[in-house]
Amino acid sequence: MARPDPSVAASERAGDPVLSVRTLAKAYDAGTSRENLAIAEVSFDVAKGEFVCVVGPSGAGKTTLLRCLSGLLVPTSGEVRFEGTPLRAVPDRLSVVFQDYSRSLFPWLTVNRNVAVPLRVAGVGKQQREARIQEVLHAVRLGDVGRSYPWQLSGGMQQRVAIARALAQQPDMLLMDEPFASVDAQTRFDLEDLILEVRRELDITVVLVTHDIDEAVYLADRIVVLTGAPSRVQEIVDVPLERPRTQLGTRSSEAFGRLRRHLMELVTTSS
Amino acid sequence: MTGAVALRWVWSNVWRLWFSAAILVLWWVLSADSTSTFFPPLQRILERLHALWIVGDARRELWSSLGHFAVGYTVAGLVGVGVGALLWKFRRIGDAVSPVLYFVYVIPTAALLPAIVAIMGIGSAMKITIIVLAAVWPTMLNTLDGMRGVDPLKLDTAKVLHMSALRTVRTVVVPAAMPQIMAGLRHSLQVAVIMMVVSELIASQSGIGFFILEAQQRFAITEMWTGIIVLALVGSVLTVVFIAVERVVLAWYIGARAVERKG
Repeated sequence: MARPDPSVAASERAGDPVLSVRTLAKAYDAGTSRENLAIAEVSFDVAKGEFVCVVGPSGAGKTTLLRCLSGLLVPTSGEVRFEGTPLRAVPDRLSVVFQDYSRSLFPWLTVNRNVAVPLRVAGVGKQQREARIQEVLHAVRLGDVGRSYPWQLSGGMQQRVAIARALAQQPDMLLMDEPFASVDAQTRFDLEDLILEVRRELDITVVLVTHDIDEAVYLADRIVVLTGAPSRVQEIVDVPLERPRTQLGTRSSEAFGRLRRHLMELVTTSS
Repeated sequence: MTGAVALRWVWSNVWRLWFSAAILVLWWVLSADSTSTFFPPLQRILERLHALWIVGDARRELWSSLGHFAVGYTVAGLVGVGVGALLWKFRRIGDAVSPVLYFVYVIPTAALLPAIVAIMGIGSAMKITIIVLAAVWPTMLNTLDGMRGVDPLKLDTAKVLHMSALRTVRTVVVPAAMPQIMAGLRHSLQVAVIMMVVSELIASQSGIGFFILEAQQRFAITEMWTGIIVLALVGSVLTVVFIAVERVVLAWYIGARAVERKG
């Protein structure tokens, strides 16, 4: 009970949150004998330009939470507001990157055409579309791969394509579900640095769900720590590490170690 | 380097063809002195084939058959994909309609022939109806199955990209189901060829099936064989054309699978 109310702490920080989650709960098969409570009560805010990671023990309903935040899943109770408006469907100014690029990219379309999909949906003209495709592919450090198919690229490059596609429509917020869990360790570091650069360059708000505590500490301004299922917010941890961060410097700093240890304690005791 | 590649290409094609060539030679040699009424020498069959189908006007029969086939197969393909997609889209209606569809599906179309002839007579309409009725199923059921099997994450992605329902079907569902739709269309192709011939075997005055049956009844066994050979050639050409189309339509799928296999 000594735990501070997370919603109060967050609203002090930001006057006008991009994302606001209030007493969100999600039960599957609600009202039946098989009712299964995945999320008990989760509240937090994300300020404009902030990088927030959500961590929790495995099976903590992280993916369920992300689906609720993106508008793909309707919560059983509580509310999610994106830029002040309660969520009904996936908001226009929000983009989502899923973990498994091999499933989220369309293998029947070339890289260019994959990235073009959200632009076509928005009715962007051909010339503007092509210019924008070049821009976002450049932003994710992809060279001349537009005519290739996703499956002709390495895993790391495919996830870059998925990120480029998510950025194509200049979203205000990027929602990422374990985006680097399907690539090898070296690629993972590269992609982590990439997303930090992209975020700095485009001044975008990022919410990233991960089970990797090191990754969360390295990337985030704040970390929302969930308990095991049914999940609640255990603690919201500030990450006051200075930016820009570097894999070697940041990860070997004392402050990083302390935060990491604190989070490990939270996650291991709650599962 | 390129020389070695060319050599390998030549060799692989030689390997592909030697068995067929051997069978042909064997047939030619073993039948050369045949006096059997039922198995005339291959040489005579080929001479008759040339006289009837290339010089003569038996081709008329072929065009008549292919006309029915083309219309019937096209309609079967369109209806199969269309109804399959509707059954996918309107799942609850599909649940109610499916038992009836499966019931009709298990009736051998050949068994319906007398009824269709009684209702529609013996014209082109009857033949096309028979082709459609038999060939529609593989495409329809494969379309339905393929669309139901679309990865739910792909549908989530469609939502996340704000696609309309129509665009989702066009950009995601149809391409994702395309490998299975093509498998269905290929099966339908074979069924359509079979039914094209079957529809000409009863109460018909034209078509290649009629030609074969009529030759047999006149005891013109050599002519009968020419019809069978032409039919086999037509079936082969249709299959080759289909495979060529499939390689273009499913280029992405074939490529992705090759990458997957390499690991």
